[in-house]
Amino acid sequence: MSKVFKIFSVNSLLVPLVAIVLGLIVGAIIMLIGGYDPLLAYSSLFSTVFGNVYDFGEAIREITPLIMTGLAVAFAFRAGLFNIGAEGQYIMGMTAATAVGIKLTGLPIVVHALVAIIAGGLAGGIWAGITGYLKAKRGVNEVIISIMLNWTALYLGNYIVNNFLLQKGQQKSEEIKDTASISIGWLSEAFDNARMHWGTVIAILAAVFFFIYMWKSKQGYELRAVGHNGDAAKYAGMNVKKNIVKAMFISGVFAGLGGAFQVLGVFHYQAVFTGSPGIGFDGIAVALIGMNHPFGILLSASLFGILTYGSAGMSFGADVPPEIIRIVIGSIIFFIAAQGIVRWVLKPLYLKRKKEKVL
Amino acid sequence: MDWMTTIGQLINTTLVFSTALIFAAIGGIFSERSGVTNIGIEGLMTFGAFAAGVASFYAEDAGMGAASPYIGLLAALVMGIIASLIHAVASITFKADQVISGVVINFLAAGSTLYMVKLLFDGAGETTLLKEGLTKWPVPLLSKIPIIGEGIFNNYPTTYLAIILVLVAFYVLYKTSFGLRLRAVGEHPSAADTVGIKVLRMRYIGVILSGALAALGGATITLTTTNTFSHNTISGQGFIAIAAMIFGKWNPLGAFGAAVFFGFSQAIGNYFQLFAWSKDIPQEFIYMLPYVLTVVVLVAAVGKSSAPAALGEPYDPGKR
Repeated sequence: MSKVFKIFSVNSLLVPLVAIVLGLIVGAIIMLIGGYDPLLAYSSLFSTVFGNVYDFGEAIREITPLIMTGLAVAFAFRAGLFNIGAEGQYIMGMTAATAVGIKLTGLPIVVHALVAIIAGGLAGGIWAGITGYLKAKRGVNEVIISIMLNWTALYLGNYIVNNFLLQKGQQKSEEIKDTASISIGWLSEAFDNARMHWGTVIAILAAVFFFIYMWKSKQGYELRAVGHNGDAAKYAGMNVKKNIVKAMFISGVFAGLGGAFQVLGVFHYQAVFTGSPGIGFDGIAVALIGMNHPFGILLSASLFGILTYGSAGMSFGADVPPEIIRIVIGSIIFFIAAQGIVRWVLKPLYLKRKKEKVL
Repeated sequence: MDWMTTIGQLINTTLVFSTALIFAAIGGIFSERSGVTNIGIEGLMTFGAFAAGVASFYAEDAGMGAASPYIGLLAALVMGIIASLIHAVASITFKADQVISGVVINFLAAGSTLYMVKLLFDGAGETTLLKEGLTKWPVPLLSKIPIIGEGIFNNYPTTYLAIILVLVAFYVLYKTSFGLRLRAVGEHPSAADTVGIKVLRMRYIGVILSGALAALGGATITLTTTNTFSHNTISGQGFIAIAAMIFGKWNPLGAFGAAVFFGFSQAIGNYFQLFAWSKDIPQEFIYMLPYVLTVVVLVAAVGKSSAPAALGEPYDPGKR
C-alpha cells in the first residue's frame, strides 16, 4: 500500500497510468448502475480494436489526427497559451488541403501531395496566428478569439466547399486528384483495406520535432520562458510578443496538418459540416492526459483513439451506449488534474492498514 | 409584411435567443469574479437542458400538465448545482487546474447526459418531445404598446426572469457586502483572507451559483426552443456565453448587452432571407456574422481585457 501511495507523491509516468485505471473503474461502476456488464463491454471494446487487422488499421487512422491536435494544444500550453481554437485550425487545414488537392492540376505525384500538406499546415498556422497576433498586439483574450474563429472557420469552410469545390448534387466536395493522395496502397492492402496513410508517419515525426524544438533549441527555451513568466522573459531581453505569435503559429500548423491528413489520406473529399467535427476539442483532452509532453501525447492519443474507435464495438457487443467512453475519458482527466483527490481517497485506507498492523 | 410587426418580432426572437446566454453568462461572472475560471459552462448548460427535458417529461407523464416545465426548471437548478460541485471540489479544495477541471465538466456532460437519455428512453438519442413547453406570458396593457409590446412584453417567463436576474446580479455584486467579498476573493485572495473573509467558501458559492444559472440557461433552450434534449441542443452556446461574459468585461450589464448582441445576430439571420436586397448574401456569411463582429469589436474597442486579477489561481492559505 505504501508503494501505491508513493506513486501519487512522485510526479512520474505512473500518475496518468493510475488515473487511466481509475477512469476505467468509474466507467465500469456507471455501467453496473445502468445494468450493463462492464467486463463484457471492455472485452468487446478491446477485441474490436485488436481482433482483426482491418479494425486495428482503422484505429490507427482514428489516432493520427488526435496526435496532431493534441500536439497543437500542448505546444501552446508550453508557451503559456490556451489554444482552444485547434478545432478551427483543423478545419482550415482540411479546407486548404482539399482546395489544393482539387484545383491544382498537373503536378507530379509526390510534389502535389507535399504542396497540399504544406497548404493545410499554413492555413492552420495562419488561422492560429491571427489569434496570436491579436493577443500579442492588442492584448485580447486568446480564448474568446479562438472560440469565435472556430465558428468562423466552420462556416468559411462550408462556404468554400459549397461554392467552389462542390460535387454536383451532393453535400460534399469533389474527390481530390490522385496525385495529392497520401494513402499508402500496399499498407492498406496489408491491413485489409483500412485507410492507412503517410500522415501517421508525419505525426510521429511531428512529435519528435516538438520535443527537439521545445527542449533542445534556443527558440524553444524562449517559448518556455515566456510561458513560465512573461515579465521575467521580457526582463531577460526576450521578445514576448513575437514569441506569442510564433507559438500560436506553430501550434496551428500542427492542427492544420491534422486536418490535411484527414482529407488527403482518409476521405479524399471534404463533407459540408453540419456541426463542429470535434477533433480539435478532443485534442485538449489528449494534451492533458499526455501531460503536455509530445511522447505522452503519442500514448494518450493512442488510448483516446482506441477507446473511441472501440466504443462502437462495445455498443455492438455489450449493448452499452458508446457515450460511456466520454465519461471514462472525462474521469481520467479528472483524476490526472486532481491528484489530491486520489491521495485523499487512499489516505484513510493507508492509515487503517497501518493501525491494524500495530495492533 | 408590416414593418412594425417585423421589428417587433425581430426584438422578440432576439430576446428568445439571448435568454439562455444571459443566464449562463451571469453564472460565469459569479464564478470568475470569485477567481475560478469556468470553461465548463457549456457542460453545465448541457446538464441543465438534459435535466429539464427528462424531469418535464416525467412530470407530464404524472399528469402535472402546465406545471411540468417548472418542474423541469427546478430539476435543472439542482442538476447544475450538483455538477458544479465536481468543478468546485476539484479546483478549489484539491487545487486542480481550473481550465482542466472545466474541460472535465464538458466531457462528463456530453457523455453522461446522452448515456442517461439512452438508458431512460430505450436507446433513443433524444428525450421524448414535450407536449407542454413553456408558454408566453403577455404582460397586461404593456404588451399592447406598438413594437416593444410585441418585442419585449410578449415573452416567455424565463426571459423576464433573465432580465430581472441581470439587475439583481448587478446589485448583488456592486451594492452588497457579499458582492464586495466575492470580488475581493477574485482580485486578491490573501488580502481578503487577512480581513477574515472565508476565501474557499466564497469561491464555492461563486461556482455553485454559476452551475445553477448556467443549467437554468440550458433548461430554457429545452423548454422554449427545442422541446426535447439531444446531443446538439446546446452545441456551443456555453462557449458563446463565456465570450459574452468576457466581452461584457465580467459585468452583468455588459454581459447582458453582449448576450443580446449575440441573440440579435442569430435572430437576424432568419430575416435576411425575407428581403430582395439581402437574400443573395450566402447563408454561411450570415451565420459567421456574430463571430466576426465580436472579433472586430473586441479588437477595435475593448482592447485589454480586465479579468479578475486572481482568476485561475488556486488559493493556498499556507502560501504567502
